[in-house]
Amino acid sequence: MLEVLDVSGLVTFQDAGRRGWQKFGVPVSGPMDWFAHHAANALTGNPLDAAVIEIGLGEAIFRARRDCVVAVTGAGYEVGTYVWTFPLWTSFHVRAGLNVHVKKITGGNWAYLAIAGGFDVESVLGSRSTYIRGALGDSIRIGDSLQTGKSARDFDKLAARTFPVEKYITYSQSPVLEVVAGPQKECFSDDGIQTFLNSEYTLSTSFDRMGYRLEGSPIAHLSSADLISEGMTTGSVQIPANGQPIVMMADGPTTGGYPKIANVTHANLPLLAQCEAGVSRIRFRETTVESAQAKYRESFKGLQTGVMSEDYENLDVW
Amino acid sequence: MIKPLGDSALLIQLGEEIDITINQRVHALNAILQAASFHGILETVPAYCTLLVHYDPLTLTFDQAARWVRGQMEWVDDSAHRTPRRLEVPVRYGDASGSDLEAVAASKGISAADIIRLHSGRAYTVYMMGFTPGFPYMGTLDERLVMPRLETPRTLVKAGTVAIAGSQTGIYPLDSPGGWHTIGWTPLKLFDPASESPFLFAPGDEVKFIPIE
Repeated sequence: MLEVLDVSGLVTFQDAGRRGWQKFGVPVSGPMDWFAHHAANALTGNPLDAAVIEIGLGEAIFRARRDCVVAVTGAGYEVGTYVWTFPLWTSFHVRAGLNVHVKKITGGNWAYLAIAGGFDVESVLGSRSTYIRGALGDSIRIGDSLQTGKSARDFDKLAARTFPVEKYITYSQSPVLEVVAGPQKECFSDDGIQTFLNSEYTLSTSFDRMGYRLEGSPIAHLSSADLISEGMTTGSVQIPANGQPIVMMADGPTTGGYPKIANVTHANLPLLAQCEAGVSRIRFRETTVESAQAKYRESFKGLQTGVMSEDYENLDVW
Repeated sequence: MIKPLGDSALLIQLGEEIDITINQRVHALNAILQAASFHGILETVPAYCTLLVHYDPLTLTFDQAARWVRGQMEWVDDSAHRTPRRLEVPVRYGDASGSDLEAVAASKGISAADIIRLHSGRAYTVYMMGFTPGFPYMGTLDERLVMPRLETPRTLVKAGTVAIAGSQTGIYPLDSPGGWHTIGWTPLKLFDPASESPFLFAPGDEVKFIPIE
């Protein structure tokens, strides 16, 4: 059991997301950075799609009520327990009564805290993900006691493990994101598409789990910026009348009425999610559906085989 | 026409306008895809003249998903008469949060009673759902009710508020911001996550508003 001593920012439970309800207007939700989310579960021996705590744009402090094994992944955070500071992407043993402090630093927006045995959270519409705007799922408040399940595996085998993230994904504040051309490509002039593919964009400060607004050279439409509303996905890049791209993220609306110039690939969504407002310089590069899917399958495979055991003792906190 | 939308969805375009015949074809195809089901197809999202199919790229390639969809499209039969589910929605007109009923009447040069008569005088189709969980986009309004959205959206519209914008009418399922003209309120609950069927409406339903006191 974990007790919530302090939370700020956007702190939610997230599993792999809520599927099958988009036709009623319910977004998928799920993690902003699916790779970090799944890796946190891999490190703690949970199913990859188990619910973990997503900490975004803020901090969190928890107290372990009994001995447990915890892993924190993501970017832009560090994790402290007792007198030690750990790097992310490791699992460690936390003694009952000690605190785990997920601290904001620079270099990203989202961290994922998984616990061996998983969190015992109620499933709503088939998912444990919190969707704040739709009032679905559990929120996490100061003073809450978060119930956890029992791990099938021995703590000693789960603690002191690392995930060599740099082998699979390179978080960067100047990423080149791969995109698949959008279904409304013909709504834009060749110049408009070249602007999109050859300019640098920054992330505006008005961003959240719904969408990332980008700022940079405006993209010209050929005619109208209005489209009859249609379904879209996470990663869809909409261009409204002002020409500034908006990328749909985990809690993004199920449908939209602006033309979509492109879609950020699954494999590259974590890179975008961890871009920092006003800091990151974002570029786009076109790819094919086939290549995008091959890279996604490759990163997924990495999650199933990537966890390594390390024997450095200070990962075991007594 | 079938086009990829990113690496995990495909978009089926069945027309390029808001038209009841095209929309009925969307719902007919959606019903066929749902009934057929196929490993790796995650879910479908019907809209005005398109159907979006989400698939799992760990299981299916775009070509495999598109081939399956094309096969199913052959079963769409325009001559088959599909009876939509019919729902009646009681509405207390004028009882909306910051009701625009009088303002709409004034700007249209007709009385509030006329607005009520026109709005409740015909059945609407749920063309699609979106915005917030359970929000039905319904049409088509009588021409005399067509108005652009509010210039400045309200920060809070109460759950159950019935509103109009453009040639459409809708109901807010949750307290949320909103840019439509509010004309009434229904006591019906549009969204109850604890219920076995959490949503009152489904895309393709036929809806009639019944004025209540």
